[in-house]
Amino acid sequence: MKGLRILMLPAITMMAIASLSLQACKPKNAASAVSGDAAAKAYVPPGQHDLFYNFVSGGFSGQLSVYGLPSGRLLRVIPVFSVDPEKGYGYSEETKPMLNTSHGSVPWDDLHHVEMSMTNGAPDGRWVFVNGNNTPRLARIDLKTFRTAEIIELPNSAGNHSSPYSTENSEYVVAGTRFSVPPDNVNGDVPINSYKDNFKGHISFISVNKESGAMDIAFQLKTPGVNFDLARCGKEKSHGWFFFSCYNTEQANTLLEVNASQRDKDFIMAVNWKKAEEYLKAGKGKKVSVSYAHNQYDEGTHTATSTIRKEVTVLDVTELKDICYFIPCPKSPHGCDVDPTGEYIVGSGKLAALIPVFSFTKLQQAIANKSFDGDYEGIPIVKYEAALQGEVKKPGLGPLHTEFDGNGNAYTSMFVSSEVVKWRLSDLEVVDRVPTYYSVGHICVPGGNTKKPYGKYLIAYNKITKDRYLPTGPELSQSAQLYDISGDKMQMILDFPTIGEPHYAQAVPADLIKNNGQLKLFKIEDNKHAYATKSEADAKVVREGNKVHVYMTAIRSHLAPDNIEGVRLGDEVYFHVTNLEQDWDVPHGFAVKGAINAELLIMPGETTTLKWIPDRVGMFPIYCTDFCSALHQEMQGYVRVSPAGSSVPLSFSVGTNVAKPTTTSGQ
Amino acid sequence: MKTMQPIAIAIAISLALASCGGNADSAANTASTSAPPDTKTADSYDPHRGEGKFNESNLTISGLDAAMATKGEAIAGTKCFSCHKATNERLVGPGWKDVTQRRTPVWIMNFITNPDPMIDKDPEVQAQLELCLVRMPNQNLSDEDARQVLEFMRKNDGAQ
Repeated sequence: MKGLRILMLPAITMMAIASLSLQACKPKNAASAVSGDAAAKAYVPPGQHDLFYNFVSGGFSGQLSVYGLPSGRLLRVIPVFSVDPEKGYGYSEETKPMLNTSHGSVPWDDLHHVEMSMTNGAPDGRWVFVNGNNTPRLARIDLKTFRTAEIIELPNSAGNHSSPYSTENSEYVVAGTRFSVPPDNVNGDVPINSYKDNFKGHISFISVNKESGAMDIAFQLKTPGVNFDLARCGKEKSHGWFFFSCYNTEQANTLLEVNASQRDKDFIMAVNWKKAEEYLKAGKGKKVSVSYAHNQYDEGTHTATSTIRKEVTVLDVTELKDICYFIPCPKSPHGCDVDPTGEYIVGSGKLAALIPVFSFTKLQQAIANKSFDGDYEGIPIVKYEAALQGEVKKPGLGPLHTEFDGNGNAYTSMFVSSEVVKWRLSDLEVVDRVPTYYSVGHICVPGGNTKKPYGKYLIAYNKITKDRYLPTGPELSQSAQLYDISGDKMQMILDFPTIGEPHYAQAVPADLIKNNGQLKLFKIEDNKHAYATKSEADAKVVREGNKVHVYMTAIRSHLAPDNIEGVRLGDEVYFHVTNLEQDWDVPHGFAVKGAINAELLIMPGETTTLKWIPDRVGMFPIYCTDFCSALHQEMQGYVRVSPAGSSVPLSFSVGTNVAKPTTTSGQ
Repeated sequence: MKTMQPIAIAIAISLALASCGGNADSAANTASTSAPPDTKTADSYDPHRGEGKFNESNLTISGLDAAMATKGEAIAGTKCFSCHKATNERLVGPGWKDVTQRRTPVWIMNFITNPDPMIDKDPEVQAQLELCLVRMPNQNLSDEDARQVLEFMRKNDGAQ
C-alpha cells in the first residue's frame, strides 16, 4: 500500500486543485448552482419506487403526464383530450365518443391545470381533474386505472382556463371562461367591438358525485364580460367561497397586450358559492337552452358513450346580490392562491412589482361594513385597503403562482426574473430566492395548494428550455427543476424534461395512489362488453349486411380466429378483440395492414374494437403489436379480401391448415 | 500538469472501486434480505407438492363431483382452453389427458394458482418450458375456480 500511496499523491493534488478552483467560482450558471449532494437527494436506486406521484399537465399535447419524484422518471402519459394511436385512444370504437363535443369530434385540446380530488381539504387519491382550454372541456381521470373516465363540455364558454379547481370536498370543480363571448342562446353574429354590450363571462360549477365521481353542471354564474384567469377555493374559515382572478376589465377586444394593461388594478372576484346554492334552491336560476357533450367511459362494458345535453341553469350575479364581490388587484392578476389556513388570498399581478396578500377576515368585515368603492357593472368593488393584509415588497419581476409548505412559508414563481421566491406569511418578508432555467410558470409543492402541504420538494415548470439539454433542432422539450425545500435554503437537485408545455401540476405521496385499490387487470368474468368473447370456443365471424363482426380472442401467443375468408370489398370489418389473459402487465396489441386507423392495445380481460374498411382485394396480415412472449412473432394471421359480390363463403378458423369453410349467416 | 498521471488516476479509480468491495457485498446482502420472505432455495422445493398454499391437509379428494366438474369445464373454457386441449395433443401447452396420473392433486392446485415460482423451480416444468417456450400465464384462478378445474381434469381422466 505504501507504494500505492506515493503514486496516489499527484491525483490527490489534482483533486484538491480542482475543488479549490470550483470554490473560487461564484455560481454564475446552472451547473455551478447545483451542490455536491444533489445527486444523492434525487437518486432512486433501480428497482425502488419514488416517494411521490407528480401529475403534470401535458399542455398543448392535450395529455396528462405522470412523473415519479424525486427521480423525475416519466411513469405514464394518460391520453385525455388528444387521440393517442399508441393506446388506440380516440381510434377504437369504444373510445371515439370520449372526444365528442357539440362541434363533433375534436381530437386535440390544450390541457392546462391539474386538480386532485379532495376530502376535507386534502387529496384523497381517487381522481384527477384536468381542463381543456381550447374547446372548453373538463375531464376526470380515474386513479385506479389511470384512464380518462369522463369529459364534460362547457356551454357559454370560450377557453376554459380558471379550471379545474375544486372545493374542499370536491363538492364542485369550477370552470371559468377565459374569453368572454356572447352566450350560446343569443345571436353571436355581432360586431366584435360590441364587446361591452354583448359579451358575457360564465363560470360553471360542476358537481361531482361522491361515490361514482360522475360530473354534472350544477349551475353557471353569468358575469360581466372580462377574462377569467385562475382560481382557488377557500379553506376552513373561507370554505364556501371561491376566488377568481380576472383581467381585461378594460373590456378590450383587440391588442390586449396593450389595451388590457391600461388599468392600475384589475380584480380578484370573490364568489360566495353557498349563497349561489341558496339562490339555486330558491328557484332563482334561469334554464338556458344550450348544447354540450357529456362523455362517460363505462368500466364494465369498456365502452364510452356521448350524450348531447340541451339545458343549463344560469344565475346572473349582476341581478342576484351577495354572490360576487370584486377585490382590486394590481395589474392583470394571474395566480390567485389561498394559504393552508384559508385566511390569506395571494394575488399575483403579473405586471406588478409587488404581491398583494388579502385577508379573508378583513374581506368579510369590508363586506359587512359596505367598504365599497362603487361597483363594476352591478358588482360591488371592495376597497383595496379594506381587504388587504399587506404587500410583499420587491419580490422580483412577474409574479405568477404561489404554493405553500405548511410551515408558514409561501413560494411564488417569478416569470420575468426566472426565479422562485420564498417569503413568510407572518410578516411578508422575502427569505430566500433561487434561479430557474428559464422563465418559470407554475410551481408545485406536494400538497402545496391544500390544507396540509407535504412540503419537502418544489418543482418549477419552465416555459423556456434553451440550452438545458442536448440540442434537438428548433423544437425542444420543456424543462422542469426540482428543489429540496426541507432546509432554510432552497436547493436545486434535479433538472428533467417534460412533454407538451406543462402548466400546473400536483404531487402526492406515492402511498396515497398505490394503495388506493390499483386495478391490475379487468376480470374476464366481469366483462360486459357487447362483443366480448370469453372463450376461444366462442370466437367467430358474423356477417350483418355489409358489416362483418369478428369476435376474436388474444392470448399468449395466438389470435383466434387467425384465418378469415369471405370478407368482400365494400364491407366494414369490426375486430372485437378480447384479451383472455388474467395476469398483470400482459397487454396484447392488434393491427391490420392498411387500416386507416391506429392499433388496439388491449389490457388483460378487456375487449376493444378496431374498425377497418378494406380498400383493395388481397391478403391482409393481422398481428399482435405488443411483445407478449417468446412466440410473439408467431402471433399473427390473415384476412382474405375478395371482390364485391364474390361467392367466397365467410369462414374462419384457428389451428386448421386445411380449409373447412363454415358459412355463418347474419344474426 | 501536462504529463497527466493516467496511471495514478487509474489506480485511484481502481482503489476506490476496491475499497467499495466490502460495501458491494453488504449491498448484495441487503438486496437478498429484502427479497420476498417466502422465497425458498431450490433445495427445499418439493416436486410432488409443488409450491403454493395447498397441501394434503387442506385439499381433500374423494369421489367425483360431477356438478363441480361441469363448473370447472366452463372456467377452463375461458381461462385454459386457448392453450390446452383436453386430449393428449399439445397446443401451446401440453394436453390434459392423464394429467391427474402424472401429477398429484396438490401439485396441480399449486401450479394453476401459483405458476411463476413453480416454473422457476420445478425441474419437469422447466423441461416442459424448453418444449413450449411460453410460460404458463397466471390466469388469476380463485381457490374455488382451481378446485373446480381440478375436478374437471379428474373427470376428463375417467375418475369416478
